[in-house]
Amino acid sequence: MASAAPPGRVVVVGASLAGLSALETLRQEGYEGELVAVGAEPDLPYDRPPLSKQVLQGQWEPDKAMLRGQPEYDGLGVTWHLGRRATALDPAARAVTLDDGEPLSYDGLVIATGATPRRIAGTEGLAGVHVLRTLADCLALRAELEAASRVCVVGAGFIGAEVAASARLRGVEVTMLEALPAPLARAFPAEMGAACAALHHDHGVDLRCGVTVAGFEGDGRVTGVRLGVPGGSGVSPGQGEVVEADVVVVGIGVVPETGWLESSGITLDNGVVCDATCATSAPGVVAAGDIARWPNNLFGETMRVEHWSNAVEQGAAAARRLLAGPGEAVDFAPVPYFWSDQYDAKIQFLGRCCPTDEVRIVDGSVEERRFVALFGRDGRLVGALAFSRPRLLMAYRKLLAAKTSFEDAVAHAAQAK
Amino acid sequence: MRVVVDFDRCQSNAVCMDVAPEIFEVRDDNFLYILDEKPPEALRPKLEEAVRRCPTQAISIEED
Repeated sequence: MASAAPPGRVVVVGASLAGLSALETLRQEGYEGELVAVGAEPDLPYDRPPLSKQVLQGQWEPDKAMLRGQPEYDGLGVTWHLGRRATALDPAARAVTLDDGEPLSYDGLVIATGATPRRIAGTEGLAGVHVLRTLADCLALRAELEAASRVCVVGAGFIGAEVAASARLRGVEVTMLEALPAPLARAFPAEMGAACAALHHDHGVDLRCGVTVAGFEGDGRVTGVRLGVPGGSGVSPGQGEVVEADVVVVGIGVVPETGWLESSGITLDNGVVCDATCATSAPGVVAAGDIARWPNNLFGETMRVEHWSNAVEQGAAAARRLLAGPGEAVDFAPVPYFWSDQYDAKIQFLGRCCPTDEVRIVDGSVEERRFVALFGRDGRLVGALAFSRPRLLMAYRKLLAAKTSFEDAVAHAAQAK
Repeated sequence: MRVVVDFDRCQSNAVCMDVAPEIFEVRDDNFLYILDEKPPEALRPKLEEAVRRCPTQAISIEED
């Protein structure tokens, strides 16, 4: 931006958490130029975590999930293009094309279009099959949960788990299907998946792991989920067990929303590829949030992080990157953090983890559903997970940021008791 | 300035305690306690960061 004629115009594509964080940071850092935000949804930025919890449970109405009040939005001085999609980017012309064909020129661009839920082929047009990402998704699911008696959740990741918990709180019977041998088995050592599974069993969820979905029953409206035949090389229609359900929620992950960038020439690889400072391969273009893949030098790992805190922090970092003069750019190297509230349990995780990491439970126990577990790799502390232990967990952020050895982290835990 | 926490929203993530331990403390009962409701001006940057990073957006600042 330093070379662009000040004050210029910054366009933010994506009007959710990362985009809002970028907009606010630009103003806080003194940027006085024009700010334009483009959002595919009709709403001003709202908060997604309550969509699987308070709003879905019926405790909150949607207005309570707005990220800011109207005065705060007005005070930012942003031109909002809501209910509009960007369809193309021309980095040479420094212009974004909107879905009505109108070009929008920029001096600086923030890409924050997030991600979109994976769907299962064959569910198009089948009523009662839901995904959960947007407020509209949430309200459609909530309306159906009011009349539902049996819900089948496909995928025991965090969205699936939170939906299962919310449905149980509403008194609905829940079956949750997971392809892996335990929940979260791709990311965490087996003990942690077992802890999550136990939590759902405690609350009456019929959790079935190691099962696949072969198809859906129902003509026009779903009546059940047909499971794959265990050990079978293919699926013979009608042979697998059917899990009856009047509502199905598919929570099998998300894919980055990069379709509009495919013709731009900007480097894509399961997201928008950034350098360590959130800059993309195109001049004056940065990316943040679920869509950005960047090398996090604290962990020596290229990552794409789909969590709330990363959207806030990376949105701010990307904004500062746009404003930075030559030689002023700083690396974005945070300790990733996420939380998930399920039933009365608070699950929190700091850092990075893989199934082969060394695990040490340093406080409480899985049986109590209250514990802190530390993860080590090559002698270094790489992650910390807590069930309902927020005070103890947070102390590890600084230790993770300081690249503390696993041994020293375990010693810290003994002292903290 | 005065620290205001909406305890209806607060879910005790303890992110605020990590950012500004002078002002916030989550204790073993998993509840958040405000240690300093009227923190000195020098703590404003930390408090603003806690407001921004609170996962449930439960913290606000009321000016005198």
